Amino acid sequence: MRIELTVNGEHHEADDVWEGESLLYALRERLGLPGSKNACEQGECGSCTVYMDGVPVCSCLVAAGQAQGRDVTTVEGLAGDDGLDPVQQAFVDCGAVQCGFCTPGFLVSTHDLLARNPSPSDPEIREALAGNLCRCTGYEKILDAVRAAASAGAQA
Amino acid sequence: MTSMETRTAGKIGDSPLRPDGTLKVTGEFAYSSDLWHDDMCWGVTLRSPHPHARIRGIDVSAALAVPGVHAVLTHEDVPGLNRVGLEHLDQPALAEDVVRYQGEPVALVAADHPETARRAAKRIVVDYEELPALTDPRRALHDDVPQVQPGGNLVRELKIRRGDPAPTAPVVVALDFEVGMQDQAFLGPESGLAVPDGEGGLDLYVATQWLHVDQQQVCRVLDLPPERARLHLAGVGGAFGGREDLSIHVHACLLAMHTGKPVKMSYARDESFFGHVHRHPAWLRYEFGASQEGELVYAKADILFDGGAYASSTTAVVGNGGTLGLGPYNIPSVTVDARGVYTNNPPCGAMRGFGCVQAAFAHEALMDELADRVGVDRVEIRARNGMREGDLNITGQVIDSAAPVAELIRTVRDLPLPPEAQGERDIRDLPGGAANSTHGEGVVRGIGYAVTYKNVGFSEGFDDYSTARVRLEMTGGEPVATVHTAAAEVGQGLITVEQQICRTELGIERVVVHPKNTMVGSGGSTSASRQTYVTGGAVKAACEAVRASVLARAASALGATGPRLDGDKIVSASGEVLASLADVLGDEAVEETVEWHHRPTFPIDPETGQGIAHVQYAFSAHRAVVDVDVELGLVKVVALDTAQDVGKAINPDAVVGQIQGGSAQGMGLALMEEIVVTDGKVRNPSFTDYLIPTILDMPPMQVKVLEYADPHAPYGVRGVGEPPTISSGPAVAAAIRAATGKALRRVPVRPEHITL
Ligand code: FES
Ligand code: FES
Repeated sequence: MRIELTVNGEHHEADDVWEGESLLYALRERLGLPGSKNACEQGECGSCTVYMDGVPVCSCLVAAGQAQGRDVTTVEGLAGDDGLDPVQQAFVDCGAVQCGFCTPGFLVSTHDLLARNPSPSDPEIREALAGNLCRCTGYEKILDAVRAAASAGAQA
Repeated sequence: MTSMETRTAGKIGDSPLRPDGTLKVTGEFAYSSDLWHDDMCWGVTLRSPHPHARIRGIDVSAALAVPGVHAVLTHEDVPGLNRVGLEHLDQPALAEDVVRYQGEPVALVAADHPETARRAAKRIVVDYEELPALTDPRRALHDDVPQVQPGGNLVRELKIRRGDPAPTAPVVVALDFEVGMQDQAFLGPESGLAVPDGEGGLDLYVATQWLHVDQQQVCRVLDLPPERARLHLAGVGGAFGGREDLSIHVHACLLAMHTGKPVKMSYARDESFFGHVHRHPAWLRYEFGASQEGELVYAKADILFDGGAYASSTTAVVGNGGTLGLGPYNIPSVTVDARGVYTNNPPCGAMRGFGCVQAAFAHEALMDELADRVGVDRVEIRARNGMREGDLNITGQVIDSAAPVAELIRTVRDLPLPPEAQGERDIRDLPGGAANSTHGEGVVRGIGYAVTYKNVGFSEGFDDYSTARVRLEMTGGEPVATVHTAAAEVGQGLITVEQQICRTELGIERVVVHPKNTMVGSGGSTSASRQTYVTGGAVKAACEAVRASVLARAASALGATGPRLDGDKIVSASGEVLASLADVLGDEAVEETVEWHHRPTFPIDPETGQGIAHVQYAFSAHRAVVDVDVELGLVKVVALDTAQDVGKAINPDAVVGQIQGGSAQGMGLALMEEIVVTDGKVRNPSFTDYLIPTILDMPPMQVKVLEYADPHAPYGVRGVGEPPTISSGPAVAAAIRAATGKALRRVPVRPEHITL
């Protein structure tokens, strides 16, 4: 089948998509956007999180066909022309990135959290990010990064 | 993989940002599963469904007939020696006549879509005759059990005998302990891309921990000389020991050579649980004899590790479990028997903490028992028996640098405690969390302590070295150094450390990290907490060689004696500027390659276990505070605080990151992480059923870093990565015991262990 969708503001299309392919696979293997990660492909780790029509989803659980005509934003679309998004900058600055495999998913989830709740409490941060696994950091520096991004947002 | 550079200054002791950080937050960093090549195929692996079976025949014709399939391979297609293994060449790259565990690779398929390859693999007909399986390692050395390997079921037996062979003591405590099978659960799946070069060789881009050992293994199976199989480190999504053994390496190369096409392989999560070794489950029987005051008189330990079907690094795990398995204590008389055995369970090998993790649960539980028996505080009994610099450990080796056991355990005791629970509590802070299973009723708090020590680097006589190539040249009017090592960056931040060392030694700002590959000598393994020490030592030595050669050049050109490098200037012994670095270098580069070895270690005596087995020891302590819902058996870790001696923190922020991440993995083993194996079959190969700590599970962690330089190590560094994974779990288990009064002689602790 053929799919057409908008990713990071650009129109994309792919041909010969097998019905069983996920949106994650289509992004990574057909559209040249491997930033969204494939740590479990069963909806358990959050590494594949993208926005679809403004709502964060696990792209491994969305069939590529379901993304037909939708508007998708991936980690590759977070930075603007003037540089990194404050969430991205905070993850770099706070040492929240080790291997970084979880990072794209955390960034999208954090971006969404701060859009909904610009100054979350620690329990709110933990609750919002509970669907994103990280095996390297123990999450302390990820919390630091989310707090830093929130206060950068408050000053902006 | 692109080379990386940051302009951020930062010498040793600073915490500059990682040079790959920006690539990782923009999604541009190329992990091994992200690789792509024109005209590439996808490879998949067919694995054994049985823990033990004879293969009577394999029929691949139906698979080959599937449109889009380019190759189907079995052991008959292996050109070289069909054997792999880190310490023993005991595992076929593709099974021959017998499969010895569920998940053993049997055949390979390459096709133009991964789903085509998977469907074709299902059409391969393997005629199995199931054999009786040995699944209880405690019976592995009995007479009447299946033999897993031709040489018998024993991988290694280690004995330590020291002091009085028949010691007695006024106070005797003993216990049996059992540790379940833990998984590394790195997030980046095993993956890579093999690209034929059209001249009979290939390039393999892969996520791994040791490129050169992989290269040896690939060359042996493919029957290629090393220059024909070049390995390149692709982006690594975590490792923790699980990438020491081969995964896709040989298989992707076999498919690429057969098809003449680039072949990508990438495991799904369920396959990953079969595609790498796990932490050995262990059965431990311990006895301590002590004075009435709680001073240890003797210790006995009997430790059994289930190595599974193939040896992997079981030999070295037994070495660690045996030589370090009584913890960082002074013990005059010692009897240790440690064994690793073959079974038809999943193969076990390296995971962070390597043999010490299992033992620490036992010796720390027993230390608490001894403390309670003699009426000494649990912290003080550790301080009282803890090693100090100059003491001998149980193999008779002098601990010849800091051994601050007493200081570490007292430091964690004295850190601020979380506030006592009172009044209405946020249910997210309670056991069960948002499941809303309690509002505080039935919840009891407990505090637990543990200490550990761990060897750093490879042991027992292994020639452990790393190679660094450093090049200094003028680029755009500025001096630039390029550092090239094959030492794997797996997320820990070695590339940042390499830059910091170059800046420190050469006094310049711009340092480029060359992509990691086998075009430079071996960097050794990214394991055993060794890279900052050993590759750090090699980079330092290579920088010193570059500096010496620049200065020799300056001395002869300028006729100066004893010139020094000061930033981008050459100065005389008295500090007067003689020339700029640019003048001395001109348009030539100065490049030096150095192979750097740490102090030698030696094999231990086979009968007594005595000897200088290890190069360095690293110490840490943890204090855990837990709230337990004693009615439901649910645990919430409220605080997990630690102190660790790191010798010298080359990058203090990265050190803290390692300690926090390591602590989380230890806590995971105490509370939730277990591969459940019944009758040789894995029951939970998914993140739905194999749970690792989430951000809701982790408590805040206070980390106290001590820096007692090791005079024998470069800059005084001490390995950092593993100790936190060893002492955190036993502290959590101790805290649950303190809250519940239960003995809890098995981890992970399950709710029913608390409620029944
Ligand atoms: S890859 Fe989608 S949730 Fe893990
Ligand atoms: S940084 Fe490695 S999984 Fe999060």
